[in-house]
Amino acid sequence: MEKWDNNKAWFLVLPVFAIVAFSAVIPLMTVVNYSVQDIFGPGQRVFVGAEWFKATLADRRLHEALWRQFLFSGLVLLIEMPLGVMIALAMPKRGWGVSFSLVTLALPLLIPWNVIGTIWLIFTRPDIGLFGSIINSMGIAFDHTASPLDAWITLMLMEVWHWTPLVALLAYAGLRAIPEVYYQAAKIDGASAWATFRYIQLPKMRGVLTIALLLRFMDSFLIYAEPFVLTGGGPGNSTTFLSIYLVKLAVGQFDLGPAAAFSIIYFLIVLALCFVFYQVLQNVGRGEKA
Amino acid sequence: MIPKKRTILLAFYFGLLLLPIYWMLNMSLRTNADILSVLTLYPTDPTLVNYIKIFTDASWYSGYINSMIYVAMNTTISLTVALPAAYAFSRYRFVGDKQIFFWLLTNRMAPAAVFLLPFFQLYSTLGLIDTHIAVALAHCLFNVPLAVWILEGFMSGIPREIDETAFIDGYSLPRFFITVFIPLIRAGVGVTAFFCFMFSWVELLFARTLTVTNAKPIGAIMTRTISATGLDWGLMAAAGVLTIVPGALVIWFVRNHMAKGFALGRV
Repeated sequence: MEKWDNNKAWFLVLPVFAIVAFSAVIPLMTVVNYSVQDIFGPGQRVFVGAEWFKATLADRRLHEALWRQFLFSGLVLLIEMPLGVMIALAMPKRGWGVSFSLVTLALPLLIPWNVIGTIWLIFTRPDIGLFGSIINSMGIAFDHTASPLDAWITLMLMEVWHWTPLVALLAYAGLRAIPEVYYQAAKIDGASAWATFRYIQLPKMRGVLTIALLLRFMDSFLIYAEPFVLTGGGPGNSTTFLSIYLVKLAVGQFDLGPAAAFSIIYFLIVLALCFVFYQVLQNVGRGEKA
Repeated sequence: MIPKKRTILLAFYFGLLLLPIYWMLNMSLRTNADILSVLTLYPTDPTLVNYIKIFTDASWYSGYINSMIYVAMNTTISLTVALPAAYAFSRYRFVGDKQIFFWLLTNRMAPAAVFLLPFFQLYSTLGLIDTHIAVALAHCLFNVPLAVWILEGFMSGIPREIDETAFIDGYSLPRFFITVFIPLIRAGVGVTAFFCFMFSWVELLFARTLTVTNAKPIGAIMTRTISATGLDWGLMAAAGVLTIVPGALVIWFVRNHMAKGFALGRV
């Protein structure tokens, strides 16, 4: 669509600009300010230049948290994307089942994140949890507070439980937007269910699936509240993801300088990734219109 | 028939989806002593004592009121500022439009933990700590860009001839926008409000950091009470069940628009 050239449109964007600048630019400047100073207390600070950045980039625990984070986000995407699409394909297309499915799927998405952690804490504990006690009664020792592997399994289960519905809802919306004539044509051609999926449904869902992929990557990369409640980053540091490590550093140990340098590096990683994604997203949009 | 097998698998999945929630509901209807002594699949001796405690103790139920106040404030602010901006992005080309749009989106992707300390300092300086508006403003960081993004998608779906006809008919931009354009995209406004509600309701890191007592959200009260009085699983479960209720109500009201909204919008 051809747009009008008009720089007065800036006035319409001004309120958004002001409110986001207030809550993004000013705090970011504070972070930059911290990252180059050593702060002993109010009014006592020394300019240290890039020292915190050097220290942060060399921090072994940060590297570990970063790889853990990539592993976590990668696993999440590998499980949630195919599962979400399969659920969307299995969902009913009309009748009362549609409302029921949609409401059930949306339910986990509207639970506060720390309550998600609480739910899974109650559900998987070996003493009072249904899941924990069933696994243990089968003779497998399962305790997410003691074994790193069990903690990871619990976190993955929780994450898949929590967010697969979002992928399914988006995929379902994409499927519903395909005109009926495509299916009729496929039927006339005698296309198999797999061919219909591969050559009609999957290409048509590309747009929504890209968005699902982006949202899932971003949110899993920034995860904080759920593992904080469920494992607190432990046992040991086995589930300490980037956000958890950052909050530990900033609020727990009050190391403002290193925490600020860490914040900036973290933010730049996300920014770089999201710039790449944004370009991809734009191209997908263009591809659809053509 | 293939659909039958599919339906069974789907029903199985929904069963798994609801099981953890059911388990919490089960816990919430039992006393703590009962929970710790036996493991039962359903409450053998159901009691509402946990819920009664929450509804009669102000330090508990005020948490729900606080959460609802700042969520409502945030949704209102986000929609009010995002509507004109989304219109500008969908209709006009202006200096720096693409850059601003991208910059807005980066805020949706910024790690909340990065902003934690600066926010605390900023709102302390302004004397806004422990107020509802502080949390509402903090949540604007991710909800305003999201609202602009979704609304722009809906607005671009409306042909520009409608605007042109209205302007020829002598409508001013504000009058056209309020009386003609917003009614046309009301489904989009609904979907946007839903997402603003959702993300503000589920966020806790900011909400917990920026409040002390007067505006403390329910999620934070849950964790605080645990550390203060030891673990009362039944009480915690009851509080958790009650946090699901507002969300469930909202879903129920928008269920018929949800699939359509997801497809048209961009989330």
